[in-house]
Amino acid sequence: MKLVRDTWLIFQQEAGLMVRNPVMVAFSLAQPITYLILFAPFLKVVMVDRGASTYADAYRIYVPGLFVAMGLFGGLFAGYGLLSALRAGIIDRCRVTPVSRTGLLLGRALMHVCLNVVQAMVVTLVALPFGLRVHLANLLVSYALLSVMVLLSTSISYDIALLVRNENSLGVLVNTVGQPVSLLAGVLIPLVLAPMWIQRVAVWNPFAWATDGMRALFAGQITQSVVWQGALIMSGLAAASLFWSSRLFNRDVS
Amino acid sequence: MIEATGLRKSFRVGRGRGATTVEAVRGVDFAVRRGEIVGFLGPNGAGKSTTLRMLATLIRPSGGAATIAGVDLLRAPAQVRRRIGFVAQASGTYDDSTARRDLVLQARMHGLSKSVAQELAAGAIRAFQLDDFADRKIKTYSGGQRRRLDVALGVIHSPQVMFLDEPTAGLDPPSRVRMWQEVRRLREEGMTIFLTTHYLDEADSLCDRVSIIDAGRIVAEGTPSALKREISGDVVAVDFAAADVADETGGDLPAATKLLAEAPYVHAAEPVDGTLRLYDDSAATAIPQVMRALYDRGIEPGAIEARRPSLDDVFLAKTGRSLAE
Ligand SMILES: Nc1ncnc2c1ncn2[C@@H]1O[C@H](COP(=O)(O)OP(=O)(O)OP(=O)(O)O)[C@@H](O)[C@H]1O
Ligand SMILES: [Mg+2]
Repeated sequence: MKLVRDTWLIFQQEAGLMVRNPVMVAFSLAQPITYLILFAPFLKVVMVDRGASTYADAYRIYVPGLFVAMGLFGGLFAGYGLLSALRAGIIDRCRVTPVSRTGLLLGRALMHVCLNVVQAMVVTLVALPFGLRVHLANLLVSYALLSVMVLLSTSISYDIALLVRNENSLGVLVNTVGQPVSLLAGVLIPLVLAPMWIQRVAVWNPFAWATDGMRALFAGQITQSVVWQGALIMSGLAAASLFWSSRLFNRDVS
Repeated sequence: MIEATGLRKSFRVGRGRGATTVEAVRGVDFAVRRGEIVGFLGPNGAGKSTTLRMLATLIRPSGGAATIAGVDLLRAPAQVRRRIGFVAQASGTYDDSTARRDLVLQARMHGLSKSVAQELAAGAIRAFQLDDFADRKIKTYSGGQRRRLDVALGVIHSPQVMFLDEPTAGLDPPSRVRMWQEVRRLREEGMTIFLTTHYLDEADSLCDRVSIIDAGRIVAEGTPSALKREISGDVVAVDFAAADVADETGGDLPAATKLLAEAPYVHAAEPVDGTLRLYDDSAATAIPQVMRALYDRGIEPGAIEARRPSLDDVFLAKTGRSLAE
C-alpha cells in the first residue's frame, strides 16, 4: 500500500515537471513524426508484393513498429534522468525520508511509460489522415503492450545507469544495445523481408516478439498467439529487470 | 540525542587489482545532548560529510555504532529516518520545480496527507521567508535563497535531530549571519542540531560544542571557549608577507621562526602563510622582546599583532597545519 502511494507521489512529481516543460515533450515527438511521414511511404513500395498495396496498409505495418522503436529508445534513455537526479542530490534527499525506495524508482519509470503512451497517441492521431485504421480495442491493447515494453526498456536503462554511473558510458551502451535490438525486431522493415539467418537470430530478440504482437493487433488479429506471447515475454522480462534495478538502487550507494 | 562510538567508513575505489581503500572516517566518538548545536570543524576531505551521511542512513558504516534519538542506526535505519532531517552539502532540489512544490513533496514523502503537506509548506515559506520566490523556478534562486530552501526542506516534518552539512558554504557574510539565525531558531523550536563547517567563526559563534576533525579522526573536542583556553596565553602574529617588506625580508620567515622558537618567552612558533604565530603567556611582555630579538638579527618584521587564541590556533596545535586558507 505504501509502495503504491509513494510510487504515485513520485510519479505525480515527475509528470508535473514534465508537463511544465512542454517544449521538451514536443521535441521528443519530432523524430517519430518525421519517420511517420517520410519513411512509411517507402514501405508501401517495398511491401507491395506482400499485400501492402495502399498507404493504409503501409501505415498499419509501420505504426506498430514505430511504437516499439519509441518505446525501446524512449525507455533506454531514461537512465540519464536518474543519473542527473542522483548527481543533483535529489535521490539522497528522498532517501533520508521514510519514502519507499522502490517507489522512487517505480514512480520515475511510470512517468516514462505515461509519456510514451501519450506520444503513441499523438502518433496514432497523425497517422489517421494517412489512412491508418485500427479497432479501438486492439489499439488499447497495443498501448498496454507498449507500456510493459517501456517499463522493460526503462528498467534496463536504470540497470545500466546504476552499474556504470556515468552519462557517457550509458550513452554508448544504450546505443550499442538499442540499434541491433531495434533492427532485429524489424521496427523499420518487417522481418519477413529479412534473410533467413536474420530471422533465426531475431527469434531470440524479445522485442521482435513484441513487434510481431503489436503488428498482429494493428492487423486486427488480436487472437493470434504472438499477441499474448509477446505480452508475456515483455512482462516477465520487465518484472525481472525491475526487480534487479530496485536491488541495485537500494543497495548501499556512495 | 546522538551517540556515536568508533564510527568508521572506508571506501573501495577502483576495480580488480588496482583497487585501493580510502579511510574516510577512522573511528569517531561523540555525543550530542538534546537541544545542543554541535559542530564538526575540519578541512576539506576530513570526513565530515561521510560521518553525516552515515548518521543520516545514506551510507552504511564500515564499523562502529550509533544511536540517534534512542534508535539504533544499524538495526533500525527506517526508524531513524522518521526522527531526523538532513541537509546535504550540495542542495538536492529540482531546477525546474518551485520551492512550494518541493516542500509539499518533501512533507508527503514523510507520509503526510496533501492538505497537511500544503499547510506545512506554507508555514515553512513564512518561517524561512521564501515568500518572494516560492512559486518561481528554483534555478532562478540566489545561493542564499536556495540554501534557505534546502534547510526548510530538511526540517519540514519538525524532526528531533537535524543534520546540516556545511549550511553556509559559499554564502556571503549577510546570508551566513541570516542562516545562523535560522539555525538558532530551530534549536529554540526544540531540535538538536549537528552541523559541519570549515568556517572558524561559524564553529565559534554558532556551536555550543565543537569537535575538530582531521583526516578521519577527532583531534579535539569541547566548547569553543574551553578549546581556546587549552591554548594558554596570547598569540602574537608577526607578518612577514606584507607588501612593503616582502621583497627584502620575506625570506626572513624561516630565520625568524628558528630564532624565536628557541626564545624562552615563546612556547611555540608556527609559520602560517608568511605569518609567524608565536604562542606566549602574555603579548604585552612578549612583543618588546620579540622586536628586540628580531632587530638584533637585522630582521625587520611587518605588522605585529596580538590577539586571543582562535579555533585555528587549536587546530594548528593539534595537527601542525592551519585551517584558514
Ligand atoms: N564515495 C566515495 N568514494 C571514495 N572516496 C570517498 C567517497 N566519499 C568520500 N570519499 C573520501 O573520503 C574522504 C572524506 O570525504 P568527506 O566528503 O567526508 O570530507 P569532508 O570533510 O566533507 O570534506 P569537504 O569539506 O570537502 O566537504 C575524502 O578523502 C574523500 O575523497
Ligand atoms: Mg563535506
